[in-house]
Amino acid sequence: MEKVTTMPQSAEKVLDHAPLFREPEYRQMLAEKKLNFECPHPDQIVTDQRELTKTWEYREKNLAREALVINPAKACQPLGAVFAAAGFERTMSFVHGSQGCVAYYRSHLSRHFKEPSSAVSSSMTEDAAVFGGLKNMVDGLANTYKLYDPNMIAVSTTCMAEVIGDDLRSFIENAKNEGSVPGDFDVPFAHTPAFVGSHVDGYDGMVKGVLEHFWKGSERSQVTGTLNIIPGFDGFCVGNNRELKRLLDLMGVTYTFIQDASDQFDTPSDGEYRMYDGGTKIADVKGALNAEATLSLQRYNTRKTLEYCDEVGQATASFHYPLGVQATDEFLMKVSAISGKEIPETIRMERGRLVDAMADSQSWLHGKKYAIYGDPDFVYAMARFVMETGGEPTHCLATNGTSAWEAEMKELLASSPFGQDAQVWAGKDLWAMRSLLFTEPVDLLIGNSYGKYLERDTGTPLIRLTFPIFDRHHHHRFALMGYQGGLRVLTTILDKIFDKLDRESSETGVTDYSYDLTR
Amino acid sequence: MGLDYENDGALHAKLIEDVLSQYPDKAAKRRKKHLSVAMSKDEATAEDKGLSECDVKSNIKSIPGVMTIRGCAYAGSKGVVWGPVKNMVHVSHGPVGCGQYSWSQRRNYYVGTTGIDTFVTMQFTSDFQEKDIVFGGDKKLEKIIDEIEDLFPLNGGISVQSECPIGLIGDDIEAVSRKKAKEHEKTIVPVRCEGFRGVSQSLGHHIANDAIRDWVFDKEDVKFESGPYDVNVVGDYNIGGDAWASRILLEEIGLRVVGNWSGDATLAEIERAPKAKLNLIHCYRSMNYICRHMEEKYGIPWMEYNFFGPSQIEASLRNIAKHFGPQIEEKTEKVIAKYRPLVDAVTAKYRPRLEGSTVMLYVGGLRPRHVITAYEDLGMVIVGTGYEFAHNDDYQRTGHYVKNGTLVYDDVTGYELEKFIEGIRPNLVGSGIKEKYPVQKMGIPFRQMHSWDYSGPYHGYDGFAIFARDMDLAINNPVWGLYRAPWKKIEDAPPTAVAAE
Repeated sequence: MEKVTTMPQSAEKVLDHAPLFREPEYRQMLAEKKLNFECPHPDQIVTDQRELTKTWEYREKNLAREALVINPAKACQPLGAVFAAAGFERTMSFVHGSQGCVAYYRSHLSRHFKEPSSAVSSSMTEDAAVFGGLKNMVDGLANTYKLYDPNMIAVSTTCMAEVIGDDLRSFIENAKNEGSVPGDFDVPFAHTPAFVGSHVDGYDGMVKGVLEHFWKGSERSQVTGTLNIIPGFDGFCVGNNRELKRLLDLMGVTYTFIQDASDQFDTPSDGEYRMYDGGTKIADVKGALNAEATLSLQRYNTRKTLEYCDEVGQATASFHYPLGVQATDEFLMKVSAISGKEIPETIRMERGRLVDAMADSQSWLHGKKYAIYGDPDFVYAMARFVMETGGEPTHCLATNGTSAWEAEMKELLASSPFGQDAQVWAGKDLWAMRSLLFTEPVDLLIGNSYGKYLERDTGTPLIRLTFPIFDRHHHHRFALMGYQGGLRVLTTILDKIFDKLDRESSETGVTDYSYDLTR
Repeated sequence: MGLDYENDGALHAKLIEDVLSQYPDKAAKRRKKHLSVAMSKDEATAEDKGLSECDVKSNIKSIPGVMTIRGCAYAGSKGVVWGPVKNMVHVSHGPVGCGQYSWSQRRNYYVGTTGIDTFVTMQFTSDFQEKDIVFGGDKKLEKIIDEIEDLFPLNGGISVQSECPIGLIGDDIEAVSRKKAKEHEKTIVPVRCEGFRGVSQSLGHHIANDAIRDWVFDKEDVKFESGPYDVNVVGDYNIGGDAWASRILLEEIGLRVVGNWSGDATLAEIERAPKAKLNLIHCYRSMNYICRHMEEKYGIPWMEYNFFGPSQIEASLRNIAKHFGPQIEEKTEKVIAKYRPLVDAVTAKYRPRLEGSTVMLYVGGLRPRHVITAYEDLGMVIVGTGYEFAHNDDYQRTGHYVKNGTLVYDDVTGYELEKFIEGIRPNLVGSGIKEKYPVQKMGIPFRQMHSWDYSGPYHGYDGFAIFARDMDLAINNPVWGLYRAPWKKIEDAPPTAVAAE
């Protein structure tokens, strides 16, 4: 066949992939490639199968899967540990095991935060698989200490090191004996097997590891009215931590933010690359032992850590990613009760402004159906806030949700008339969600960037409100927690609703009768 | 072809000395072998250094604890070679992480109905739990394959991409694959690409190549009428559509591309490869193994080519055409002439904006050498380059591209790269996502040269226009001029391009 000889590209108007491959030359080329070389299934068969995947029949098979996991909404433990370590002052993450894992964690965090992410590996290979990775630990710690000048090295593990059974406590001790780092240098650690739990458990393990390292053997002398805040794994830590600190400062509370990565993942551009920035100071971690209470902002991120805080004699309380009205109320009242500080009038005004905004917009939100997925605490928080706006959280899914989470979710949903038809999906993945959205559709999907495939396939508008967000920039710089955060979440949801309505009513002379100027 | 220039070899030698002085002795000794300053061919011969003008040690273990930028064998197999094969389901076999972090990250463009007959941008994992580690995962793998067949009946085959634990707990994924392939009458390919194997992505490429040889070739009775101008494009992963911008040229000069490996490929394109007349290899590093095998077993010659930038495109097209004789050569000259005005217009527009800009590269595969001439076509100067996972033969090939005095770094560490950038202060750095933000914080323009920074294609003439535009927009964006707060006196302000201590 004679080829077309025109040329789509030009220097005046450079076409990159999106427009370029829509040009006729390329469309023809790709159609011929498919026909002549790909051995494709006939179009009708593809269409039939596509339709089949939208049915209840397919859904039942899909939800009955026992072994295969497709498009899960969770990551592995060491990612959580690396994120946790980034929340302490001048701390380098050292992940013991295969080196490719570390390249993955760093890339994953950088793609979300659009920021540097530093971590090193002990680079274990086949010989270490046979003989163990002690030598890698000894040499690795020495190199990291010398090259990156950290105040602390936080050690976690990849699944390789876990399978062969390397013991971090003795390895680190050995390394210190061999002079890799000074004997009194801080090297907290956490075993973080990828085949147990998810990134939220890796977070838990590492924070607990740090606390244990600094608290063990120290005498606790309680300072009444002071408290610790542990935020949990949070892709919005930049916005959230700063917002929470602002609220606590307004109240005049004495607190320690344990694990604060808000500056580490938001360094300025002024010509200097800061490998380390911000984070909880080691002295503050030590002092935090004396706090009266430790509050976790995400219960399922801190189960072991809170147990440990409890053991040392602190009061503990946990929340589910406090955002919206009632969750923020509860959080502030708890803080107030422990600290003895009153919630100031300025904060009550902020609350009032969020409620005011919700009242202004309630007609657009009432009765809207949502599918929500993400980490357990986030899903809980969003479902609760959605119900406060009169929305119905039809599908609540957490791939890393446990049966305890499922029970807690059901209790929450039963507490409101807007949760009566809601379903909770613990342990399910986003391919299951695809079936749910086809068979029991909703108006809006709340999740992260991976949800864009669900948006494409099912047409459900996606609102990106949780980690990881790769394909939209800077959202994580704004708070979701607190009343201010609630405003941000509210506006984001409303924008999506109005944009969709405008799009659907913008066809000239056909649907634009309802293309209203004021809504 | 290319520009005539020389780099500041003395400065580069000093930078190497400086970074090495910061390591513990043992590590400094090992790292020393990976860093060098390129010398001209004459000098190299005079000093009896053989033909390699970039004499560094490569493809050996990374030092622990130094922030290597390298990945693993799984990344080389699932992420690079197998993942783009679009009508197969690739199971990340082991814990959830590897598949999650590599999900949809390599921009292997394809056309197809995702989740129905195409599966590239999906994450299939066996999500290993503790019990799978303790009792083994073979039973689970059997069930996974059955579930795939049930839910995705239009899949063209399955590959099992091993993660670290598989090789450590003694699973027999080959036996499971054989059994299930027979049962479902499907191609099922077990790949032993556990991340601890080898020293980088590189061994994963090799293992993935071997899996094609052992589990795909000669398994099916391929019915295909071959023609005199049939070629396979090997080692083009269609990042941002690279393979499409290449294919259009190869077709225009009269060749028939019967298979593209592995961007936008179906399994059929791989199965029929032994029937082609010539293998054209772009990424030599990741796919030379299978080309050598096809040469040995089926007598198919292979040829390297380079479709980055007009100088290399022209040379490569002519070289390819020569293999097929006058008829193709004549067409090729017409194609080159056809695109000449585009090349001239692109160069006229962008070269004045980029002329003399210095560039440092640190990438993988073929790019640390292959893109050099594309930059030079725009008047830009390459001051440093290096590979994540090259072998000696890559550095030999690099010698033909780089100029005297160029800084060469193998398996560079985060520390070294930042210090080199700080010392050289190039106008542009081309590397990966992990390097992007540290470099930009230093006030230096950056382009990701793995993913084309979400742009592309960069291959072919169409791609060159995009490449030129992207380098221009990176270097000439006004943001770089805003770094200094105007109320800070220059002497108080932090100097630009400061690496972390």
